[in-house]
Parts: sequence; C-alpha cells; structure tokens
Amino acid sequence: MVMMPKPDPQVLAKRDLLVAGLRKIIKNPEGVIDEEAGLRAFECDGLSAYRQLPMIAVLPETKQEISEILKYCADEKVNVVPRGAGTSLSGGALPLADGVLLGLGKFNKIIEVDYDNRCAVVEPGVTNLAITDAVKSDGFYYAPDPSSQIACTIGGNIAENSGGVHCLKYGLTTNNVLGVEMITMEGEIIQLGGKHLDAGGYDLMGVVTGSEGLLGVITEVTVRLLRSPEHITAQLIGFPSSEQAGECVGKIIGSGIIPAGMEMMDRYAIHAAEEFCHAGYPLDVEALLIVELDGPVVEIEHNNSAIEKIAGACGATVIKQSQSEQERIAFWAGRKAAFPAIGRISPDYMCMDGTIPRSQLPKVLARMNELSEHYGLRVANVFHAGDGNLHPLILFDANIPGDLEKCEKFGADILKLCVEVGGVLTGEHGVGVEKRDLMGEMFSEDDLKQQQRLKCAFDPDGRLNPGKVFPILHRCAELGKMHVHNGELPFPDLPRF
Amino acid sequence: MDKFNISSAEQVQEVLEWALAEKKKLSVNGAASKSSIGRPLDADAEIRLADMQGIELYEPAELVMKAKAGSRLTEITKTLDESGQQMAFSPPDYGPLLGGDAGQSTIGGIFASNLSGSTRIKAGAARDHLLGVSGFTGRAQSFQTGSRVMKNVTGYDLCKLVAGSYGTLAVCTSLTFKVLPKAVKKRTVLIYGQNPVEAVNSLRDAMSSIHEVSAAAYLPQNIANGSDIEFVSNIGGAVTAISVEGSGPSSEFRCAALCEMFKSRGQVEELHGHRSEKLWTYLANAEAFVADQSTTVWRISLPPSEASDYIKALEEQLPALEYYMDWAGGLIWVSLPSHVDQAGGNILRGNLKSGGHATLIRGSAEQRQNILPFQPQNSVLTRISESIREGFDPARILNPGRMYPY
Repeated sequence: MVMMPKPDPQVLAKRDLLVAGLRKIIKNPEGVIDEEAGLRAFECDGLSAYRQLPMIAVLPETKQEISEILKYCADEKVNVVPRGAGTSLSGGALPLADGVLLGLGKFNKIIEVDYDNRCAVVEPGVTNLAITDAVKSDGFYYAPDPSSQIACTIGGNIAENSGGVHCLKYGLTTNNVLGVEMITMEGEIIQLGGKHLDAGGYDLMGVVTGSEGLLGVITEVTVRLLRSPEHITAQLIGFPSSEQAGECVGKIIGSGIIPAGMEMMDRYAIHAAEEFCHAGYPLDVEALLIVELDGPVVEIEHNNSAIEKIAGACGATVIKQSQSEQERIAFWAGRKAAFPAIGRISPDYMCMDGTIPRSQLPKVLARMNELSEHYGLRVANVFHAGDGNLHPLILFDANIPGDLEKCEKFGADILKLCVEVGGVLTGEHGVGVEKRDLMGEMFSEDDLKQQQRLKCAFDPDGRLNPGKVFPILHRCAELGKMHVHNGELPFPDLPRF
Repeated sequence: MDKFNISSAEQVQEVLEWALAEKKKLSVNGAASKSSIGRPLDADAEIRLADMQGIELYEPAELVMKAKAGSRLTEITKTLDESGQQMAFSPPDYGPLLGGDAGQSTIGGIFASNLSGSTRIKAGAARDHLLGVSGFTGRAQSFQTGSRVMKNVTGYDLCKLVAGSYGTLAVCTSLTFKVLPKAVKKRTVLIYGQNPVEAVNSLRDAMSSIHEVSAAAYLPQNIANGSDIEFVSNIGGAVTAISVEGSGPSSEFRCAALCEMFKSRGQVEELHGHRSEKLWTYLANAEAFVADQSTTVWRISLPPSEASDYIKALEEQLPALEYYMDWAGGLIWVSLPSHVDQAGGNILRGNLKSGGHATLIRGSAEQRQNILPFQPQNSVLTRISESIREGFDPARILNPGRMYPY
C-alpha cells in the first residue's frame, strides 16, 4: 500500500478552531461537516482500496466561499483536497487525515450555452453527460466521454484530463477545453483561456488540465461543443487471436481511416460482458473489436467496406454491422458495462490504465498472461485499441489475506511493462495515490523535480492535494536551488557559424 | 557575439553549462526564421539547432513521429506525404512574411511558437499534437516530458507549457508528435460578395453544420484581389471560404451540401485540388502581407462571434487597417502602417471585449521594444508565469525577455 504523508499533530489539535473558522466563511450551516457519519461519505473515491476520513469536509456554494476557504486554509497551514463526484480510479480525491476536503458538488449549473461560439460555460460540478444532455436537442454534444460520464464531473475531468472511447478522433479533455476559471491556494480567482483559441502567453490552462487538483481549484469551465454527426454505426469484428485484432487496428489506421472509436476486448471480458448484458457478442472468438464510424452516410459506407476488406485479410471470423441505432447502443452497452460485468464474477477487481505503442500489444499480452500465472490472479482486458490505452482488470478477493497486496504487485508489474515497451503508467485515470510510487519508473529524479517546480509556481507551500502524484515531497526552496560551478567550465569548443 | 551551431544534445548541455558558469545570456533558435517575433534580445551568444536534423522514429500505423529539433518542416512534410500522412494543424511558414526565405522552419521552432494554420479549428493547435519533448532546461539539466503514445496523463503535461514558450523554458533537442492521415480530397466552397457581418454568420452556420468544416475564412476584397488564385482574385469582391476534407465521396458530399446551404446568400463556387491548397496556404502564411514589408502585422485571437463587431470598431479607430479572418472569425490578421501610434496595440487589445489576445508578429525592433508583442497579463498570471520561468531557467539564460520582461 502507498503511504500517505503523516498527519500534522498541530493541525489536528486545532480542529475545533478550524471548524469554527470555516463555519464563519460558509453561510449554509450544513456546508461544514465535522461528524464522523457525515465525513464517511467522502472517505474514498473510485479507488476504494484506499480509505481515509477527512479531518473536515466543506461544501461551499459560491466562488467567494471557495476563495475564502482556500485563503483561510493557507493562513492556517491546512492542506486541502478538492473533490468532484469522487469517481477517480487512482485515488485523486482520497482525503487526508489532517486535511479539509473541498466538495464542489453544489457547483452544478450550466451557466451559458453559446452556439455562436460553439461552447458552453459550466460550473465544475456539472456531470460530463449533463453537458451533452443540455445541448443534444439542438444537435450538439461534448466529445470526451469517459465511461463514468453519468457521474463524473467536468471539474474532475479537467483535473484528470479524462479520455473516453472517442479520444482517437476527438481528443482528450485537454483538446476540448477552451477556458478554465480557477482559484489559487491564495484565494485569487484567475481566468485561463476563454471563448477564444490558444494562450497569449504560457499555456497555463494546458498544464492545469491533468494536474490532478495540485495547482488550483477549478470553478468554471468553458468546453467546446461539436455538432452531432449525421449518422453513426458500429461494427463488431471477431478474431481467433489478439495478434490478428491488433494487426487489423494498425491496418485500419494505416489505410487513412480514423474511426470515431475503436475498442478491443479479450475472451474473458467478452464472456463477462455478454453474460451481463446480452450485447450480441460472438463467444467463439479470442478478441473482439468494436469499430464506430460517424459522418455522412456516403462516408460511412465507403469506410465500412474498406474496413471489412482489411478485417477479412487479417483473419476476422465475425463481422457484424449495427443495423439500427438500438443495435449500435447494444454493441456499446457490453463494452461500457465491462467493469461492472467483471465485478459480478469476481468479489473485487482492480482496473489498470497503462498506454503502450500499439505494435507492442502481442508482447504485452503474452507477458501479462505469464504474470497472471505467476501471481495466480486472473486478468481480463479491455483496450482502447485505437490509441493504445490498455485497461487490464485484475480479479482478486480482498477477503483473502494477501490477495490485495498480490494484486497491487501484479498491477505494478503491468505498468512497469508498459513503460518498458515505450508506453506510460497512465493513459487517462491519473497517477493519484495508486501509481504515485511508480513515477520513478518513467521519470528521472531531475524530471520529477522539474515537475514539482511547476507546482511551486502555483502553490508554493504545497497545500493542495499533497501526497498525490509525486513520491517524494520536496520543499520549493530546496527545488529552487541551482548549483553552478563558477569558472570551472572552459569556453565550449563547438562549431560556430 | 558568439554563435554556436549545435548538432548534438551533448553540445546543447555544454553551451548551457558554459552560459551558467560565465553568466552569459543565450539566444536560442532553430533556423532563426521567426527570431523577429517577440521582444528584441540582449544576448551574449546565439545557439542554432538547425544542424540537429533527422527523423528518429516514424510509425505511420501508430500515427507518431519523433524528430530532432532542427529538422526542417519541408523534410518532415515530404516524409509524411510519402505515407499519405500530414501534420494536421497545417503548420504555417512565416519566413517570407518576416522578410526571410520560405522553407526554413524547423520542427522545434514550429512547436516552440505553437503556430497553427487554418485547420486549427478542426484539428487542434500545434500544442494538441505535441506528445513528448526531450531537451535541457535553463539549469543545464536534461529534461523529458510526455512520451510517444497518444494518451498519457502521467505527471504534468509540460508539453503544453513548452509549446508556445518561444524557447524561454527549455532548449528542445527532440520532439515527438502525432501525425494524421492526409485527406484524399479537399474542397473549398466560396461565397462571393458578403460583408463582414454576413460572412461571420455564414462561417458560424458552416461550423455548426454536420459537415466537419476543416477551415473557414473571410477575405475582404483587397485581400482576395491580392491572392493570385483564380476564382478568388478575379471576382472583384469579398470572398468567404469554407473548406471540407476527407475521403472522396465524403468531401464531395459535404461540399455539395454546403453549396446548397449557402447558395441563397451569394454566388457560390467550388475550389478543387491545387487551387484550394493554394488559398489556405495564402491565408496561413499571411502572404497578403508579404509584399509590403513596411507594415506592422498582428495576429488576434478572439471569440469568433465577435469578429465583425471587432472589425467595425477597428475600422473606425484605425482607418488604414487591412485585415482578414481565419478560424471562422476566431483569428484576425491585421496589417497597419508602421507610423500608427503604439503600432496599434492599445486599440487592438482595447477592443477585445470578452477575452482573447493580440500578438505582434511583424514589427520594427523599436516597436517590439516599446510595446509588449505578447498579450500583457494581469498581476497574478504574471506572478505564476514568472515563477514557472524561474523554475525552468532561474538564471534567465534562455531567450531572456523574449516574451515578457521577466
């Protein structure tokens, strides 16, 4: 288990004072929670293996309140953990024993829908799906669609730079956000971006996106809206092996087609999903692709026939195209329910999230099978095949002593393997607590320090979400130092022009 | 001034260590084709990365390429073209606009300036395609961020910071970026004779349609006339241009549908193939402002719906203004006579009603010294940006003062 920083006894000792101080800031008497029963609701996020009651939870209702809470906590030297809907799978919203948990659930209004500029301005607690729901009847939608989209909030999406099944064509959160309003730990409200494109100076919005709540508290988001495509279809393509499915994915992209979504499931995931929601998946295949195309009918027909040819040449044994919108949704229902489907056949599971260069898929799958045997734990794979984002689900039983630890080791081995083949630790779930201690696998000590210097620019006292992302907390003063060997270096002997 | 021709990463580190030890300020360039963008530098030495060339990795099926910073954009485009691929944000070439040669741009320079062409509205900006960077910070420490995969949220996304930082944070030696299939067919629908208000409405409607418009621009009559493109230059009026691209049947269908959609708003025409390409290059590279090198040129990003009101306000306050719109109205290129007070900066920035920014792309050294070429920031953003710079380059040896005085 990853260890969180030790609680500060001085902060714990003044808990009652802090509660009183926060009550002065927050108008609603129910906005400050200090009783165990109330705090229990916040003890974990989607990474439920880690639990911790926060010292205090606050549910502000205005920006002014957030600003004052942050300033107050900064003055009192109290750490703050921001939280949206708490759906993080990496422990990004895991509370701290000596910290204030800042819930943003009450910021759930859509402030403005601006079709002239094809954007919407929303509060951070609005769910991802609610944005699309608000504009759907006018023929628009918000593209990033993480599987948790019913529950996850846009503020959390910014913090994690969330993806989804349509990233390949439409990008991640970072590619679909135009503006962010944020409050710094010092209580200052700043606007980054807006309804225009690109940054006038450094792209601060770009680094805030995906910063896992370590740089500021998001209070408003301007997202790009897209016109819903005229037509959407999905194909199910089954293969006798994962290698063939992987090859097919490469060839589709290599032929110049960028599908709206391209997902892959292995035998275990196919069976679990089919049993759970009867999506119509073939059960006699080792790997299944779901390929979604969108656009005008002529384009879809053109690309569909090209894909069928490619799939056939790669050895596909099943090719099934959705004949109705209902059937398309059914194809996806299985994939989208893959996690709960696995949850049904195993007491517990842990979802990993590495990304690999797609060409490495056969090697990674083979190695994963070896690891599965080694640890004696089963693994099911769902895979954002188009962009190489792998979601192995490791099945375990937390009631069996040692199983969780074994699962965590197995997971760490998978992620190390991803890095080893040229990939990364996390494609869309974030580092959080879960992968914090693996950061050294991907970054040198100097690189990690350089990243922490960025935090120093936003939050020099390290009050926001400490203990997440970085395995070692450095003080900003220490990070700022530079060692120069004055006069010891000769004039560089390099070619001139 | 010492000028170093860099051809390896080790040499970059060597120069940086020397600069730190000797307290020397460095001007950092690719091929220096955009070195006149930003505040004039007071540097002791110059390093050029133009000799650091070569594609280090290219996997078309994975849509990824890695190249050394000095690799010429022309070489990269050629290699991608052979596999039917492209950099989808249509990187522009400002060489001639800035009084230099065409074809000099390096891949490092393109990303360091985060400059994107007309397809930015659909494909995203340069920054959206940058996946990984290796280089050295102003601490002379090796620096690595991102990776070669498309989906990556491991640690802060420092690629976004490096893109558009004009070499003030780190010297990039190698860049990994996303590439995309090149469309089989590109077509442009032209609508003739619209005024700015009508044009902005047409651009909005095109962008709100199901046709996945890849580029959308408005050329007032003088800009259209100067274009040297048949069906654009010779019609004696303003031209609204809307581009679609994709597979053959797809772009034909979309193009026909757009023509149908706009035929009641003015005479419509289609541009195919070479002419269509030429039009968008003309706009992306601001070729309209190349011939007269004496003018001051600005690039203004604003909410697209405000473009026509913005232009109306400018025309009242800056009568000698020449302009055109790209990015469906979200980008306005402005050219002004050099004698205009403050190079027009106060007026151009003062009229941005709800956000946006104006960047001086071409101006005399004196103008670039006296007015901020990059959008001025409030005190909090200045503090944060300055601290970021402090973290990367505490001795301010990299392009000192190029973006802002700090």
